[in-house]
Amino acid sequence: MNTVPLTHILFVSTALFFVGMYGLFTRRNLITMLMSIELMLNSVNINFVAFNKYLYPDKLNGIFFTLFIITIAAAEAAVAIAIIINLYRNHRSIDVEDTKDLKF
Amino acid sequence: MNYSSYIALIPLLPLAGFVVLGLFGRKYFKAYSGVFGCLVLLAATILSLYTAYNYFFVNGKVDGVYQPLTVLKYTWLQFSPGLSIDMGILLDPASVMMLVVVTFVSLMVHVFSLGYMKGEGRFSVYYAFLSLFTFSMLGLVLSTNIFQIYIFWELVGVSSFLLIGFYYDKPSAVATAKIAFIDTLIADLGFLIGILILAFYSGTLDFETLIQRLTDTQSPQLAQITGAGFLGISMLSWALMLIFVGGAGKSAMFPLHIWLPDAMEGPTPVSALIHAATMVVAGVYLVARLYAVYLIDLPVLQIITWAGALSALLAALIACTQTDIKRVLAYSTISQIGYMLFALGVPAYGDANGAGYSASLFHLFTHAFFKSLLFLGAGSVIHFIHSNEMNNMGGLRKFMPVTHITFLVACLAISGIPPLAGFFSKEEILHTAWENNRVIYYIALITSGITAFYMFRLYFSIFYNKQRHIYAEANHGEGSGNMKYPLMILAVAAVTAGFIPFSQYVTADGKSVETVLHLSFSIAPVAMAIAGIAFAYMLYFRENQRPQKLANALGGLYKAAYKKFYFDEIYLFITKKIIFNLIAKPAAWIDKNIVDGFMNLLAVSTARFSERIKALQSGSVQNYALYFFGGIVAIAAVFIYWLK
Repeated sequence: MNTVPLTHILFVSTALFFVGMYGLFTRRNLITMLMSIELMLNSVNINFVAFNKYLYPDKLNGIFFTLFIITIAAAEAAVAIAIIINLYRNHRSIDVEDTKDLKF
Repeated sequence: MNYSSYIALIPLLPLAGFVVLGLFGRKYFKAYSGVFGCLVLLAATILSLYTAYNYFFVNGKVDGVYQPLTVLKYTWLQFSPGLSIDMGILLDPASVMMLVVVTFVSLMVHVFSLGYMKGEGRFSVYYAFLSLFTFSMLGLVLSTNIFQIYIFWELVGVSSFLLIGFYYDKPSAVATAKIAFIDTLIADLGFLIGILILAFYSGTLDFETLIQRLTDTQSPQLAQITGAGFLGISMLSWALMLIFVGGAGKSAMFPLHIWLPDAMEGPTPVSALIHAATMVVAGVYLVARLYAVYLIDLPVLQIITWAGALSALLAALIACTQTDIKRVLAYSTISQIGYMLFALGVPAYGDANGAGYSASLFHLFTHAFFKSLLFLGAGSVIHFIHSNEMNNMGGLRKFMPVTHITFLVACLAISGIPPLAGFFSKEEILHTAWENNRVIYYIALITSGITAFYMFRLYFSIFYNKQRHIYAEANHGEGSGNMKYPLMILAVAAVTAGFIPFSQYVTADGKSVETVLHLSFSIAPVAMAIAGIAFAYMLYFRENQRPQKLANALGGLYKAAYKKFYFDEIYLFITKKIIFNLIAKPAAWIDKNIVDGFMNLLAVSTARFSERIKALQSGSVQNYALYFFGGIVAIAAVFIYWLK
């Protein structure tokens, strides 16, 4: 059971986080950007679960946080997709480059 | 019936009239608002006549002395157990006399205005303002304490302002209303400071207590107020002087008189009510109210004497040269109020008894009748020919017989021809002056000659002099009955008011005094008056060149009087050159450059800074995310490397 050290899991979660961030900064499609954000959230989830397992095995705090984050991510996805649909109705596009109206 | 309850109605009825007319008159019963105002005033007049009868003949006299009666008192603001501002009604001979004068003249003016203001767009507003004025003036004369008088004092100022500026679409009316308001307010500042000094040292605002404390030579209050001083003058003198400044402002004494001739921009009946009979004598009434205190401080009374005498003489001289008939009457009013004031003050040179008090208030009483009659007559003339200028008049006696006769009566009365009202009151004043100070007496005597001259100059110029034929084309006659009857009633009053044995009723200490008419003494004033009339007859009875020649011969004096002794110019110099340039302009500069400048600097620098950084808000979500990430990295770096 203890053959996988904590650092390995943290490497995975860090990699996942930066993959998500790269996607968020480079993709132009809003749906893809949303997916990237989900990746980042999941990397955080992995961190929580891992720290909980390795540092405080007799407690459940990290797991509860993870459950909350999953719930919030679901709600956030619903809201974000609703925004994207409205954007599409107005702009006929879901390219983030086309939604630059909110500026000075 | 309780003695007090109906007296409260006298000021409250016009107040109710003001509220009803002001709120509903314009919309619902515009045509009847005049009649409504007259009926309200009629009720108030009847009540005040009944009050006067009750006071003078039934229950005012106790042991042969008229007692001041506080018939109603209601504590309005309590500061401390000893000091409060009350609202109440004080009856004493002077206030009851004023009550009758104010309601009676106001009723006459209300009735006269029915004809004069007919067809005016703001008819009901006019009556509302008249009611407001009547209420304030009645409140003023009935005041029980000095602060109540101050409140009503300002209220009459406001209603005077509203009525002078009644034709608010005329720029000159607006300007003169402002002059009247500001001029009297500056004077009232003195009044207020005087009140505060008196109240501070005597510890009361109530007239009776105040007079009682200050006239008692043993009282600690008197010792305190005379002991304390400022610039070498005792606080009592300061207080009395400052209160007189307030009175001089309202009563248009030199040099605060400039507002009164200008106030003639208002409707003529208003001038008759406010600027001839009632409000302008408030200063005299104020000095009379505090007369017992003034008698302690004779130098102040001497200053009042000289202010009054100089005003009387200078205003009479100016009145001889003016051509606007209402302005002549305005200067004549200043002159007559000067008479009243020096009559109050002149005993300070002699035995300092209350002799001048009765004479002064007697003149106030008779003057109210004949001067309002003169103004209403002038109003009738102006109504007929639509001009204020004497040059546009002449030969009017055939066209306006009632106005002609009543005007003549008033002119004779003001000139002091026996047996009309002005003769008796002027006689008493001159006699008081003769007994106390001869210089004042001679000034008064000369002034009475000049008075007769300018009044008959006015009379001859309006009703005789050149004949004009354009009047035949005027499509209306002399005026309706409601303009003629007030003239007749006032003329009767101007003839008979002098026969009232005034000094039996109104004296400084309430005791009746029998006035003796000194027949030999009255020769000089009557001769002066007749000389004045004869001189006016020579110059103005027929159209001729003599007035012009005389004016040329007098040269500088005539020009100075014609220019009103340059008072307007002096005021202009002070306001424009000194106040505007030395005070207002620097203040404006500071406001514009320093106060506004600081605010502008803040705004401009904010605008410039935001102009620089606004490009950051590009609208691109990914950029924002990048900044956000950069920020997080920076904070993380700080926490990891610096704050570990």
